[in-house]
Amino acid sequence: MAEFKKADSMLEWFDQRLGVVNFVKVMMTEYWIPKNINFLWAMGVLLTVLFTFLVVSGIFLLMYYKPDVNMAFDSVNYTIMQEVAYGWLFRHIHAVGASVVFLVIYVHMFTGIYYGSYKKGREMIWVSGMLLFVLFSAEGFSGYMLPWGQMSYWAAYVITEIFGGIPFIGDELVVWIRGNFYVSDSTLTRFFMLHVLLLPLAIIGAIVFHFYALRFPHVNNEEGEFFDFDEEAEKYLAGNKKESKVVPFWPVFLSKDFFVLGFFMLFFFYLVFFHYNFAMDPVNFDKADGLKTPAHIYPEWYFLWSYEVLRGFFFEIAGISGKSLGLIAFGIANAIFFVLPWLDRSPMVKPANQRPYFKYWFWFLMADLIVLTVYGKLPPTGANAWVGFASSMTFLVLFAALPFITKAEAKKVGGK
Amino acid sequence: MMDESRRGFIGKAFGAVAAVGGIASLIAMKKTWDPLPSVMSAGFTTVDVSGLEANKLEIAVWRGKPVFILKYTEDMKPTDGRNVKIGDHYFSVMIGLCTHLGCIPAYRADQHDFKCACHGGEFTDAGVHKFGPPPRPLDIPPFKLDGVTLVLGEEGPEYKAMMAKAGGA
Repeated sequence: MAEFKKADSMLEWFDQRLGVVNFVKVMMTEYWIPKNINFLWAMGVLLTVLFTFLVVSGIFLLMYYKPDVNMAFDSVNYTIMQEVAYGWLFRHIHAVGASVVFLVIYVHMFTGIYYGSYKKGREMIWVSGMLLFVLFSAEGFSGYMLPWGQMSYWAAYVITEIFGGIPFIGDELVVWIRGNFYVSDSTLTRFFMLHVLLLPLAIIGAIVFHFYALRFPHVNNEEGEFFDFDEEAEKYLAGNKKESKVVPFWPVFLSKDFFVLGFFMLFFFYLVFFHYNFAMDPVNFDKADGLKTPAHIYPEWYFLWSYEVLRGFFFEIAGISGKSLGLIAFGIANAIFFVLPWLDRSPMVKPANQRPYFKYWFWFLMADLIVLTVYGKLPPTGANAWVGFASSMTFLVLFAALPFITKAEAKKVGGK
Repeated sequence: MMDESRRGFIGKAFGAVAAVGGIASLIAMKKTWDPLPSVMSAGFTTVDVSGLEANKLEIAVWRGKPVFILKYTEDMKPTDGRNVKIGDHYFSVMIGLCTHLGCIPAYRADQHDFKCACHGGEFTDAGVHKFGPPPRPLDIPPFKLDGVTLVLGEEGPEYKAMMAKAGGA
């Protein structure tokens, strides 16, 4: 056994056994963040806090929720909402939190795209972040099923049906996923398991990996400037805090993050207490009925853009059915962001407004996503269907054109 | 050298046993998610069609799915290979789930057609898709005629004839 001296303090006692002093240095006080950043760099901490809120509120909901087709609806809408003291609070935090987490994820993502924080060594940060997006999507979808209202049921029906489009094994796969020929008790119970255990575990693992992926390439900054973090850290530690381009994660960076977090929490709890209805679809307060489709089905706002891509193709092109085309486009839309670091052929790491061509691409993409989101909520009839088709095509064309646009840009700026 | 090869052998043996165990557990996990025997053997649905009103949609439930049964009026024309004659009347018998993504289309009696609210697909009274994203007509469930009783889930001669026609077309 290693030699242990008698400790003079509690800190020393723990340090001897767990190396806490070094641990705090590596993780907090000597983990370096660039100075040249703005409030958009606070989104990661906001997401971590929001995820914690979701876990804690979820634990309280879990104590009264019953994953059974006969009991689920009442356990949520009667027991939790009316009988359990503050049950409504935990449900509203959970529902609003699930919606707002996607808002912040999108801000986080598009900040990364705008500032070029996905390339030149930062590819794994981007890819692990996209993995988190997919896991959060699955988590949101599986959770949406649990209250067992009409929207829960039909969202589950339509989304599981999507797998039926896979060639050869599609029909069997749908039955396998549902555990029945239709969305039923077995479906509810297994998605309950995914929502409260498997997916949260995967998300926690992916978050740890996402943080780890930041350690070597470091956090990007407002100008996309590359510098030697060790050198800047030395300056800071030597007392040249003003000249140094970095600050320690704790206490400097986090204290600013907490400031942003403070404002954000005001907004969040304003929604939770006064404006929670946007996260509680009225149709979902009717109990699930497998024999009655609601007149108009739409997903939560954060899935609208990809939903619109799915249904944008409503007619046959070159002998391929509208359904297959929609599925292919939907698949591409969900996967294409993963390869963004390789579609952007320009070596420039700069905010979009300083990139001659990329800036147009970026704002076109934003506009297109907004159009897709708006029309994703509207009934797909008449002119709406054509707007959906045009904006879905625009989405695909934008990504197909990105390598050429960025290549041309690289030529123009001469490898700067 | 000797030690190295022994360690290598133990490693390979361990890997082989672990791989067999891993594959076996994957099979077990896959089967755990399969529909239960009670679900698979879910029985048949019988519907007496003699009392049905023409041009008014009857919805039966078979294996958790809605089945549309539509009795034709005199002036509604049957579609080849899609309708079955029971007594003096033509009927449409089909699974009432849109072939796009499985919503239940609504019957518009005045226009003699079906409209799916989800993505705007439209079908004729015989279930043939005529507008929107549905890639194929509404599916016809296996059925058997027993006088004026329709047995869903069993393949009768009328059903087989219909399928043969659909396959040949």
